[in-house]
Amino acid sequence: MLSFLARRLAQVLPTLAVVSVIVFGLQLLLPGDPALVLAGEERDEKVLAEIRERYGLDRPVHIQYARWMWGVLHGDLGESMRVGVPVGELVLSKLPVTLQLGSMAFAIACLIGIPAGVLSAVKKDSAWDYLANALSLWGLSTPNFWLGIMLILLVSVQLGWLPPSGYVSPWEDWRQSLATTIMPAFVLGNSIAAVFMRHTRAAMLQALSQDYVRTARAKGLTEAVVVNKHALRNALVPVVTLGALELGALFSGAVLTEQVFTIPGFGKLVVDAVFNRDYLVVQGVVLVTATAYVTLNLLADVAYFLINPRLRQE
Amino acid sequence: MLIKRTLMAGLAALALAAGSAQAQTTLRIGLAEDPDVLDPTFARTFVGRIVFASLCDKLFDIDKDLKIVPQLATGYEWSDGGKALTIKLRPNVLFHDGEKMDAEAVRFSLDRHLNAPRSGRRAEISVVKTIEVADPLTVKLTLSTAFAPLIAQFTDRAGMIVSPKAAAAAGEQFGQKPVCAGPFKFVERVAQDRIVLDKFAQYWDAKNVHFDRVIYRPIPDASVRLANLKAGALDLIERMLATDVPASKTDAKLKVVPVKELGYQGITFNLANGEKAKAPVGADARVREAFELAIDRNVINQVVYNGEYTPTVQAVPPSSPFHNKSLKIPGRDVAKAKALLAAAGMPAPVVNLTVPNSPDLRQAAEIIQSMTKEAGFDVRINVMEFASSLNAAERGDFEAYILAWSGRPDPDGNLYIFVTKNGPLNYGKYTNADVDNLMNEQRAASDPAQRTALLGKVMEITAKDRPILYLWHRTNFIAHAARLSGFQPVPDALIRVQGMKLAN
Repeated sequence: MLSFLARRLAQVLPTLAVVSVIVFGLQLLLPGDPALVLAGEERDEKVLAEIRERYGLDRPVHIQYARWMWGVLHGDLGESMRVGVPVGELVLSKLPVTLQLGSMAFAIACLIGIPAGVLSAVKKDSAWDYLANALSLWGLSTPNFWLGIMLILLVSVQLGWLPPSGYVSPWEDWRQSLATTIMPAFVLGNSIAAVFMRHTRAAMLQALSQDYVRTARAKGLTEAVVVNKHALRNALVPVVTLGALELGALFSGAVLTEQVFTIPGFGKLVVDAVFNRDYLVVQGVVLVTATAYVTLNLLADVAYFLINPRLRQE
Repeated sequence: MLIKRTLMAGLAALALAAGSAQAQTTLRIGLAEDPDVLDPTFARTFVGRIVFASLCDKLFDIDKDLKIVPQLATGYEWSDGGKALTIKLRPNVLFHDGEKMDAEAVRFSLDRHLNAPRSGRRAEISVVKTIEVADPLTVKLTLSTAFAPLIAQFTDRAGMIVSPKAAAAAGEQFGQKPVCAGPFKFVERVAQDRIVLDKFAQYWDAKNVHFDRVIYRPIPDASVRLANLKAGALDLIERMLATDVPASKTDAKLKVVPVKELGYQGITFNLANGEKAKAPVGADARVREAFELAIDRNVINQVVYNGEYTPTVQAVPPSSPFHNKSLKIPGRDVAKAKALLAAAGMPAPVVNLTVPNSPDLRQAAEIIQSMTKEAGFDVRINVMEFASSLNAAERGDFEAYILAWSGRPDPDGNLYIFVTKNGPLNYGKYTNADVDNLMNEQRAASDPAQRTALLGKVMEITAKDRPILYLWHRTNFIAHAARLSGFQPVPDALIRVQGMKLAN
């Protein structure tokens, strides 16, 4: 166990180091001088020089990287050039927002996608099946930003049921929080629900054709028990794996959804930072995201190791 | 059925929760961007200025006719041939932290604007040499050279006075919790979400303030901003799309107020900045004239902006007393354009046109492309993200560049930095000794009539040389709920909360 952990950790650290270099390198590829963007409309050479000096933009690239890394290793991600707030503080304040939105979207995707997939597999070639397939095609082909604007126009402007944008923390007012996040979560969960539906349907069709299902039916079990206990449990295994993979789609989808609904989360933070050439914010956000991914992967590996005895024997 | 009923009940409950959260004395304003740091010395964005209008009073302000009116100052006097300025201050004004706003605070603030490293204000008031406190309500400035536009500079961020005590205590972090002398005081800011200000009870003009709280919410997407206004989640929004104006005008619950801007949109030509200046449009004035004759500003305005913008041939908008009325927009004349190109020996010149990436500018560029094609031009559109296009312009990596200027109350701010030899925003490196002399002369002249004449001449020369082909003055559409009254459009398009009221 210990040697396994040591080996995995030995892989994680170089990965993160490479990620940090890529993150840093990518921002250098972005055209547009951050000092020029920061200087705004008025231009004064002396002020430009002072801005470059303050943020170390006048130093050679490797020195800039070393200075940034030194800060990161000491828990300092630097400071936003635009608003002057520490990047770590920004990241910590935005992360819970996106986590809330993401988990709600994920729950919605499961609640819609999995039952729809089961239904369409059980009632294969029926009207239900066609309806579920049509809906999933719709879900896959509807862009987030379009659906978002349409829902705002319908639900907020026409019907006046929900606030069209903004965010309230659940600790402050949980009902208001739900009101502001339910629509974006639906938009975000919509396309993932479609993916879940398709995979659940395929896995269910396969499971339903297995011998053990025929045996279960032959034993005289009710159809509900056969479907829920015997077929669905087995069919869900690949869907769960898929769910983990879709978490990535969730975060990238959050970028657009947060823009449309003006939710001050991770996605909006990084998009605004890119447009404002607020490099330290971009670097900080991407590094934190990458670290989270790598850590989750590591945890998953450890979990596999604990669950699967065959791995332990090696 | 049951599911549907449950869902409806749930939504209704959420709607109730949403509706009860706002008190009636709160004004909610939708901004097109998230402002940058809220420190008048370092701030650089237009949306930041909108927030400052409630937060930080200035020495002077401008009114709807671009006249300079008193705010924290009550008056001023020039002496020593325009090289000394005495400013009288309003008595009994307090900062949000209870400190006195007096001559010492003005000295401190102006000194900070001038000398803080990375100050965004230094270039605006760099002519100020010394700042003296004559008595608690009088400040005396001496200038290195006569500079008539200085008073106009004090109508914006350079004229904002901050609490010396708070500024000294907070240092670089002052922008996280600014303390000024405006009608509202800072409460909190959640980056990219909201800026909350509360009424300052001891404000010198408190009787004109009718809100307990102002909330600014940045919503970059114009359609979403409008949807928020329509849904009642906001009371006022800035920068509505021109294409949304007709539908919104017929909406009884909304009011649309057009504010004609102080700036302009134009095409900057590269005349002498590196290799790209050798392109036909930079090398020969006749090609630029032909380019102008080949386009019809009115058509572009009608098609792209529903006719809501103001076509122009000069840097100064009609709202300004310095606007040159004798300059007329030339009609489209393809035959003359062709003749000019033939005379220049370039019947089919290629023009690479750099366009910042926004839908309206792309559309305008395409119309320009097809219009000029009839005269023989081959316009190649190069769409670039804004920050990148600015960098390219700085490097001289452009032939023609569609660029806007937000404008300044004083015409000097729309011209000097663009058309004088060493102007920092003279991307095309245009040089004309007459223009430089006239610009310097008008800066030293304190008589407005004399300045009008000198600036008029500058605009006549630049209309001929065409370092910038001025296209139109934009209109900033402010839309607000019909139950909001008292909004006064001022050409700087800022939102002054004083005098505004919300009916129930």
